[in-house]
Amino acid sequence: MLSYVARRIAQSIVLLILVSIIGFALLHLTPGGPLSQFANTPGMSAAALKRIAHQMGLDKPIPVQYLDWTGHLLRGDWGRSYRDQQPVLTVIASHLWATLELMLSSTFLAVLAGTWIGVLGAVRRYSVADYLATIGAMIALSIPTFWFGLVMIYLFSVWLPWFPSGDMHQPGDRSFLDYAHHLVLPCLVLTLVTVATWSRYMRASMLEVVNQDYIRTARAKGLRRRAILVRHALRNALLPMITIAGLQVPTLLGGALVTETVFTWPGMGRLFLDSLGYRDYPVVMGLLMFTAILVLLGNLIADLLYVVADPRIRLS
Amino acid sequence: MFGLAAIVFLVLACAVGPYLCPYGPLSIDLLHRFQPPFLGPHLLGTDQLGRDLLVRLLLAGRISLTVGFLAMTISTVIGVVVGLLSGFYGGWVGTALMRLVDAVLCFPNIFLLLTLAAMVSPGVLTITTIVALTAWMQVARIVDGQMRTLRERDFAVAAEAIGVSDRHLMLRELLPNTLAPVVVAATLNVAQAILLESYASYLGYGIQPPTPSWGNMLNNAQEYLTSAPWLAIIPGAVITLAVTGFNFLGDGLRDALDPRLDLNR
Repeated sequence: MLSYVARRIAQSIVLLILVSIIGFALLHLTPGGPLSQFANTPGMSAAALKRIAHQMGLDKPIPVQYLDWTGHLLRGDWGRSYRDQQPVLTVIASHLWATLELMLSSTFLAVLAGTWIGVLGAVRRYSVADYLATIGAMIALSIPTFWFGLVMIYLFSVWLPWFPSGDMHQPGDRSFLDYAHHLVLPCLVLTLVTVATWSRYMRASMLEVVNQDYIRTARAKGLRRRAILVRHALRNALLPMITIAGLQVPTLLGGALVTETVFTWPGMGRLFLDSLGYRDYPVVMGLLMFTAILVLLGNLIADLLYVVADPRIRLS
Repeated sequence: MFGLAAIVFLVLACAVGPYLCPYGPLSIDLLHRFQPPFLGPHLLGTDQLGRDLLVRLLLAGRISLTVGFLAMTISTVIGVVVGLLSGFYGGWVGTALMRLVDAVLCFPNIFLLLTLAAMVSPGVLTITTIVALTAWMQVARIVDGQMRTLRERDFAVAAEAIGVSDRHLMLRELLPNTLAPVVVAATLNVAQAILLESYASYLGYGIQPPTPSWGNMLNNAQEYLTSAPWLAIIPGAVITLAVTGFNFLGDGLRDALDPRLDLNR
């Protein structure tokens, strides 16, 4: 098991290096490259630009530049925002929680609903409810997130004025209740992004488990149906969902970007779009690398948790 | 079947429809600004400038569907080439290519798409290319996996034993056998490409107005959500219809082409 963990971590480090190479390539593809900040400054002469390029080490060979750049990343020096000269990591950190809150709350909902729908679909296979869930999941995967957000705003904010249509707080109101009130719609929208996947995988996983020998044994022992389902089947069917949770991170981050834009939620996605609009490339690149690292970590943590949760892997 | 019907309907409507409409896509009818659907001369209503929503929707459909199909083609070609090379040669080539796929997949596709889109001059072709660049990885993985198993099969070993060239073995013997899952993935890719284009265009980094696309028609729709909700609801519903259509078609094809792949039943 230790060797598996070690191998998995080594793989992640290799991936991280590849990710950083892609990020570095993208950085040099940006208009003006790493110099764009200075190239756009009015009154900047070509000679001055050249001097800055030399100061920044841009006249060195590409591999050296890459090592410099990753060295800075590792030391936590991700550059400064063009907009307010704040360090990129500080800017990201100030938007991180809003996004995480959105992602965690919607994942919580999606797991609850997805598990329920998936188990129901597996237990009553080919029933009307199962077909409806299948079709519903397909449609949910096809709906553009921003459009679903607009529809929710129209329904529950314009037509029925129950929820606010954007922002995180009423001005001047910092209570949790007000925050929760603002969270409802964006959270629901982001839930839709993942609940379909959850329910599909849950159903497949449950179907696989239900046909196992130990379920037949449990049935033969005369256990109640409910006990079999919850204690024996569900617990085992939930195991592969850990991996799915890890795989959901990029989808969730992308969904969060769109949801935050529609609901003016002050998270990383909004920050990313704003920075793109301002051509604030250090923040854009920073967020790109940061989200990629989050995805990497998500997968790694999911795989490691799986080892903890599943004794078959732990002991082999 | 629903999927195919929806796609045929949309493609036909977008191809023929604009000729049958009495209004131009850019013609402005100031007397009928914000006309709600079904309640005036414009069938699906008009927008803030009095432009006919239906004709814009159909012309936007031409753009969005073209982007979808083209991006699918490009991404499938990239994916097949990468998957072929990696699965056929295996070893360090295969490892390197598949790790590259993993690394690209680490970037959430919308973030990657928007970053690339912000760097180039927006246009139908550039957007198509960028969408394709963020959507080829799945096909590469599928082809890679297929090639790795197919190489071990008797017919491949036999072909190798009689001394056919690598090229022949790869393209004539193995590639045709990977087609079924590739076709399925390509169909699902169209859906993905249409969605990605609509995200980019909605967020302002895709197809630029006045060229209509399904995504950029929703650009300003949020402003008018209270007064003219149809401007948001109708184009989004059409996107959903198109994407659902391709997803259902892909799913149906999977069931039809390879029952073994059907994990859900």
